[in-house]
Amino acid sequence: MENERRVVSVIVVNEASVLSRITDLFSGRGYNIESLTVAPIPDSKYSRLTIVTAGSVRVIEQITKQLHKLIPILRVYDHVDFVEKEMALIKFPISESITDIDILCQAYNGKIVNVGADMVVAMVADEPKRIDNFLKAISRFNPKEIVRGGAVALER
Amino acid sequence: MQISGAQMVIEALIAENVDTVFGYPGGAIMNVYDEIYKQDSFKHILTRHEQAALHAAEGYSKASGKVGVAMITSGPGFTNAVTGIADAYMDSIPMVVISGQVPMSLIGTDAFQEIDAVGISRSCTKHNYLVTDANDLARVLKEAFYIASTGRPGPVHVDIPKDVTAQIAEFDYSKPVSLETYKPNTKGNTRQIKKAVEAISKAKRPLFYLGGGVINSNASKEVREFVKMTGIPAVETFMARGTLSYDDPLLISMLGMHGSYAANMAMSETDLVIALGARFDDRVTGKLSEFAKNADVIHVDIDPASISKLVNANFPIVGDIKVVVNAMIELAKSMLNPNNYKSWVDTVNNFDKLHPLSYNEDTESIKPQWVVERIGEILGDSANITTDVGQHQMWSAQFYPFTRARQFISSGGLGTMGFGFPAAIGVKRADMERVSINITGDGSILMNIQELMTAVEKKLPVINVILNNNFLGMVRQWQTLFYDKRHSETDLSVQPDFVKVAESFGGVGYRVSTKEEFDKALKDAIEKNVVAIIDVKVHRMENVLPMVPAGGSLFNMMLLENKEK
Repeated sequence: MENERRVVSVIVVNEASVLSRITDLFSGRGYNIESLTVAPIPDSKYSRLTIVTAGSVRVIEQITKQLHKLIPILRVYDHVDFVEKEMALIKFPISESITDIDILCQAYNGKIVNVGADMVVAMVADEPKRIDNFLKAISRFNPKEIVRGGAVALER
Repeated sequence: MQISGAQMVIEALIAENVDTVFGYPGGAIMNVYDEIYKQDSFKHILTRHEQAALHAAEGYSKASGKVGVAMITSGPGFTNAVTGIADAYMDSIPMVVISGQVPMSLIGTDAFQEIDAVGISRSCTKHNYLVTDANDLARVLKEAFYIASTGRPGPVHVDIPKDVTAQIAEFDYSKPVSLETYKPNTKGNTRQIKKAVEAISKAKRPLFYLGGGVINSNASKEVREFVKMTGIPAVETFMARGTLSYDDPLLISMLGMHGSYAANMAMSETDLVIALGARFDDRVTGKLSEFAKNADVIHVDIDPASISKLVNANFPIVGDIKVVVNAMIELAKSMLNPNNYKSWVDTVNNFDKLHPLSYNEDTESIKPQWVVERIGEILGDSANITTDVGQHQMWSAQFYPFTRARQFISSGGLGTMGFGFPAAIGVKRADMERVSINITGDGSILMNIQELMTAVEKKLPVINVILNNNFLGMVRQWQTLFYDKRHSETDLSVQPDFVKVAESFGGVGYRVSTKEEFDKALKDAIEKNVVAIIDVKVHRMENVLPMVPAGGSLFNMMLLENKEK
């Protein structure tokens, strides 16, 4: 069966062990989680997870059903029509062309956020696909470290 | 009320009306056992292995319909219990499993008898808890019983560090369970139910496909009524045996890998599968793409994740079988005509006449199927039957005349050898009036033979009937059929003297090689009313038939060849 990229959001009770309950469902089926973000939902006892994975429609559907079956899980969204963003931090040597880097970052909703003695740190926030493109574009500025934040998504 | 964590465990069990706990003490759970010593509200049954404690609790739960309770210590006590927990998970048995854990300060230090118990049980429980504060204990235990017994039932594991069982804290068990994230739907969608009944009314060859969920939902009575009023034939899964009585004219038989010819053919020919609490297991469906190929599917199940998991449901209904079937019965009164399916029932009956479930008698030796039939003739409804796993298990499911739900208790999903004997002990504890029979094999019985001691000590007389073919029979059958007769490590010719084994524990033993001896032994064992082993020498090379080879289509069965040439 065809594997396709899926974005799943899960609302869970913010308690110990809930993350392993969720990741177990993926690992037990030999599925890789591409990215995973977690943060508490303000003013509630819940947290929101965004999981990016790839798999056959049938298996992902099965996983979302099994996710819903877990006791501490309130809601599961298998996203269809949604807005998705990801943040990335990139460290460059200060010797690179900072103006060029800054202009590129601006095209991807970002900027230079920190300047040190030897390094500058830039930030961008955009769709994961566009982050891929950005990282390709800046490869010629010898990035020393790249951190991707993992996707977050909201159904439209 | 301010009490210790250990006392809270006892108070919670009392509040849940638990009358039996199966278990085995050890270091980390000692505070709780100290409180067990001081109380007389429930009975503790000491098994001789933690795995057996779990199986006994399963048997008790399946026979009684109540939540089974097992208690074990940390480390090896817990890991020994894992097989039983997994077994209960696969067969959806409501259980609360309480384990001791090393004190909080030692967790993560590789302390003596420390293991990450909740990490291990996560994938084989419905839910689990590590209790880090005695103030949470009342809530956790109450939730454990609630979660275990509602929705699709299953085992819940509560791991309690030793210092938490010593901690004094407030105990209030009166607060109702409030779980915002867990609200099983029992009612079933009214419109969907109506559509399903309409589909039944239009179908030419509908077929009930009854699964273990019917028994879990205590809906056998309602399903019997529904089958009767609709005049639609029914097949049962292994887990559903006894839902309909064996003599119900509309019950075809069990379907699946070792189902009857008629049951499997009916499933292959039907145009509408009415699945009630069944989960389309691979042992039932055979090759999925050929399963009920021309049929629409109505699937009623309490567990949404079971619906359309393997076979797409045209009419998915999430709800409790009992509630949904009652709603269907109301609609069916005006919408269905039982005379519509007469010719379909005739077709099915003709399938059965063509290849009935049967076996060829042998003049030299006892056939294992005969033993099962004979127990049925002698005891019938007055016995509860457990089994281990293998050939004897399939023969029991095929040939015993079951008359009621909860009469047949076996390890279906996990297929755990060693299940039968301790389960039969739990069954006996739940139903002292009836004879508790464990039909077993010469391989399986040795996997929990130490339970002879439990049965003797607690006066729970289980009769173990070994269908002894000196083989690990089911594996041997596969080797004969699919591995060119290379019987790798399945010959069990070297055996203990089972009669002496039984006697050495204080039970009775019988060696049987003729039918007359079997009758005498069974009657004597029933009369003596102590734990017994009846070691029946049966035909060595008998195969379980019909058989759908793994991955094959249900309608392609290996069938019994008649001996008359």
